[in-house]
Amino acid sequence: MKQIKVLGSGCANCKTTYTRIEQVAQDQGLKIMLEKVEDLAAIMSYGVMSTPAVVIDNKVVHAGGVPAKAKIAEWLTV
Amino acid sequence: MFEQLANLLIYHWGGLSPTSQLGAALHFFVMDTTKILVMLVLIIYLMGLFRTLLSPEKVREYIRGRSTALARIFAVTLGAVTPFCSCSSIPLFIGFVEAGIPLGVTFSFLIASPMINEVAVVLLIGLLGWQLTFFYVAAGLTVAYVGGALLERFHPEQWVEPYVWKIQMGVVTSPARDTSWRGRHEFALGEVEEIVGRIWPWVLIGIGVGAAVHGYVPQTWAETLAGKDNFLTVPLAVLIGIPLYSNAVGVIPLAEAMLNKGAAVGTTLALMMSIAAISLPELIMLRKVIRWPGLLLFVAVLTMAIILVGWTFNLLT
Repeated sequence: MKQIKVLGSGCANCKTTYTRIEQVAQDQGLKIMLEKVEDLAAIMSYGVMSTPAVVIDNKVVHAGGVPAKAKIAEWLTV
Repeated sequence: MFEQLANLLIYHWGGLSPTSQLGAALHFFVMDTTKILVMLVLIIYLMGLFRTLLSPEKVREYIRGRSTALARIFAVTLGAVTPFCSCSSIPLFIGFVEAGIPLGVTFSFLIASPMINEVAVVLLIGLLGWQLTFFYVAAGLTVAYVGGALLERFHPEQWVEPYVWKIQMGVVTSPARDTSWRGRHEFALGEVEEIVGRIWPWVLIGIGVGAAVHGYVPQTWAETLAGKDNFLTVPLAVLIGIPLYSNAVGVIPLAEAMLNKGAAVGTTLALMMSIAAISLPELIMLRKVIRWPGLLLFVAVLTMAIILVGWTFNLLT
């Protein structure tokens, strides 16, 4: 099961990103572990300065802005 | 084209007279809404296609380790061309601090970024012409440079929350970007959706206020109240702009209406900059890393810098 983290300090875009990933996973019938990371020190430890950012299995795959649905589907199915 | 559309809609079909206040206001609203919407979508899409994303992570690498003056020039220019959501202000601030970049330079970046961006610049050219665009950009860069340099003098480090210094940043990893045409097209569409979705309320409010000014404020008022001979209107405009907040794009229609009515250039620029650069949401966010005295000083320095810029332009024009 993929471990997915959404990094962001609780802004609107971060929430959109979170629900969008949830949505795509549901549509594809995939089980994932989705988690919000809002602690600044934890966010920074990934070396990310633009939020929202997406981390999959401890690898940063996206930073700055809401990712497109097609992109998310790609991450989840690879 | 947009003017014809507004003529048709308001005067021809709506039966309103161009000389009536309501007619003039509605005409302005229809014309600016359609024009700005079309321009926004086009500009953002085209820039999305060709932009190799200049991320804050890259900016940090450019700035770190340079002499202060050079770092500040970089910070101001890069702040103007780097788009970033204001929700990234905090990670960005911490990232800069962690790289040992002086706080004053970071402030310069944070001032320049919301005031100047490529979308606002193209819209300014389209609605107000080259000359005013040049003034606005020059004034914005100056305020960001001088504001940051002045703040440095007060040793702002003393107001930074202690936990900020302890944060250790991981190795910066920027995910690779899809540079095929398909990838670029998708990225550009995403940008249009994201940016237009985020700023449209500010733009509509801006056009609404602009339309009200255009239709209902008598020419003589604007000339006497906001004319260049009235020394007090610049500080007044800046003070009014502090609690008001809008995106840089949203203030353009208001500026257009004010200038049409004969308001002075310096006064108009000062109001625009104060609305775009000083915003309560951003201050509340920055409060997570800087204590109130530091933030108040930030606002005070910016206010003074903008007032000086307004006066200078009123004297020169």
